Amino acid sequence: MLLATPSPMPVLLRVFPFSRLRTVLFGAALGLALSAAAAPPKFEDSMAQRMQACTACHGEQGRAGPDGYYPRIAGKPAGYLYQQLLHFRDGHRNYRLMTQLVEPLSEPYLREIADHFAALDLPYPAPAPVDLTPQDRQRGEQLALRGDPARQLPACVQCHGSALTGVLPATPGLLGLPRDYLNSQLGAWRNGLRRTQAPDCMATITQRLSMSDVSAVSGWLASQPLPAYTRPARALPKPLPLDCGAVHGHTADASSAKVPGGQR
Amino acid sequence: MSAPHHDARRRQQDWLRPVLALGLLLAALLAWLLWPATPITVTSPSTPAADAGTIERGRYLATLGNCQHCHTARGGAPYAGGRAITTPFGTVYSSNLTPSPAGLGSWSGDDFWRALHHGQSRDGRWLSPAFPYNNTTHITRTDSDALYAFLQQLQAVDVPAPAHQLRWPFNTQAALKVWRTLYFEEGQADITAAGLPANAMELQRGAYLVRGLGHCSACHAPRNALGASGLDPAGGLIPAQNWYAPSLTNPLEAGVQDWPVDDIVALLRDGRAGTAVVTGPMAEVVQHSTQHWQAADLRAVALYLQQLPRTETPRAAAQAAAPAPLGAKLYEQHCAQCHGEQGQGIRGRDGQWAYPPLAGNRAVTLASPANLVQMVLNGGFAPATTAHPRPFGMPPFVLTLSDREVATLLTYLRTQWGHQAPPVSELDVQRLRESATR
Repeated sequence: MLLATPSPMPVLLRVFPFSRLRTVLFGAALGLALSAAAAPPKFEDSMAQRMQACTACHGEQGRAGPDGYYPRIAGKPAGYLYQQLLHFRDGHRNYRLMTQLVEPLSEPYLREIADHFAALDLPYPAPAPVDLTPQDRQRGEQLALRGDPARQLPACVQCHGSALTGVLPATPGLLGLPRDYLNSQLGAWRNGLRRTQAPDCMATITQRLSMSDVSAVSGWLASQPLPAYTRPARALPKPLPLDCGAVHGHTADASSAKVPGGQR
Repeated sequence: MSAPHHDARRRQQDWLRPVLALGLLLAALLAWLLWPATPITVTSPSTPAADAGTIERGRYLATLGNCQHCHTARGGAPYAGGRAITTPFGTVYSSNLTPSPAGLGSWSGDDFWRALHHGQSRDGRWLSPAFPYNNTTHITRTDSDALYAFLQQLQAVDVPAPAHQLRWPFNTQAALKVWRTLYFEEGQADITAAGLPANAMELQRGAYLVRGLGHCSACHAPRNALGASGLDPAGGLIPAQNWYAPSLTNPLEAGVQDWPVDDIVALLRDGRAGTAVVTGPMAEVVQHSTQHWQAADLRAVALYLQQLPRTETPRAAAQAAAPAPLGAKLYEQHCAQCHGEQGQGIRGRDGQWAYPPLAGNRAVTLASPANLVQMVLNGGFAPATTAHPRPFGMPPFVLTLSDREVATLLTYLRTQWGHQAPPVSELDVQRLRESATR
């Protein structure tokens, strides 16, 4: 709102070039802008209105929240978002707040929620500065773009798309996410707290990563600016380097029943 | 010369006798406590049927009782047990009900009935009262057999439930024996709620569902220090979950004596009725159980709940609301947008409440602040049901508001618009915040 106000100002100032009036006008414009910002948005019977329980943490319209942990969900592939909602419900991802929120909802509604956030196309903020040593930056870039064949580690781009903005229908983008979030997800996958449909390729990959690899690749990813086109790619140019149940199982059945072992 | 000697012996005998008696009593008590229980003899009235109709009836009965919810681990195979149930005495794991060696594979209909009716396992072990057998004891033998037939045709999952992790002495059979002796009351063959006209079939059906299969009192009755509750749904804090299951007899809590039957039915079927919305553990009950009930059963339960004797707590004497500028500011900032400047709520396009009014809402003025604090900290949705498929969400404030701010805001709510509810303290919020993030 405040950023939008200066545009009419020069016009007004050309017409009334008196310093006192200028002050008065500026004050009035500022007052207008502030009152517009403070006025509560009007209620509307919409999905966005229904989803205020989500945007409280995931940010306005599903952009990442300001505290540096909650991931942006706007624009992620719908198949991926739907799977994650089911995974929280079924204990394959563990975050009590999320589990409690999704638990009373039906699968059709969870699908609609996933579609809603997937369809949002919002600008990304510039990446937050990340403290990385040159060696870590290099290692992170290697893991993301080229992988490490000696350790049987495919590159991130081989599955998450050459622009790392994700691939339809169910592979998430890796850019524009807080480093803390990336670290905790790779860690959770490594020790079995985050799971998905078998074969769980990310579990396999994260077990091959050292802790310093995790830190290097999360730091590199979190510091990358977004490309001009931020939407997920429609398809991958080559087949997946690993068999991933979350991608293959998606079209047939996104249900969590295929995840081995329930939570105790 | 002999008299003093004689007196001394008598004195010795006087002292010895009660000690001996006490010793014998203790020995008898110990023997009773440690004597292994043998399976109670039960007799089957007839060979249980396993035809399609019986199985289908068993499936519906299992829905009425919401058996699957506790007997399924999060994300696990249906009815294979293993869900952790936290109690003040430790963690109990629900049992596997599928027809496998780890489950009920070797159980007969008699064994199943013994567990429901007597709270005793096939091998004679007493069951943990986390399994609400003070309620299941009221289930009829016919219904028990239908449930058994349904469970026996499920897909067998041969994974044993983990062993309970209970503190001593709660992990002993002796403790369960004491508990049962004190608190277990075997159900009678024919359940008739006291004072009901004998011909009121619907009311009897309602009583049967509320007290038996529906096991409403498992949450809605107060529990004592040993975790025991009666059948009187006078309201109670659910241990470990820290949600308050409001009284079903008090119209100032969740009593529905003054509600039309259709509204009671709607609340159980749709998860909302008028300004009332189910939340927390009751949202799960609506989602997994009551929304799938047959209309006749919903009506029977509504009729039964409607005629429960009233217990009314006196309202606090009217006092002028203390000015609370900080509470008013927090309300304006965080709540008014959806719940209205005067707590009047907002209706959606369907004419129903999108965000319920807070003014005059008895969920706001419950004596226990637990549910209000839970809602503000964790947010939540009403259950998505056929009549209410796309509920509006309440955002969690656990990250944005401090304990003091939540306490100030809720105290403000509880004293505005004519409300006379006790204040909420910072400590109340702190305790619930800890349990929520655990």
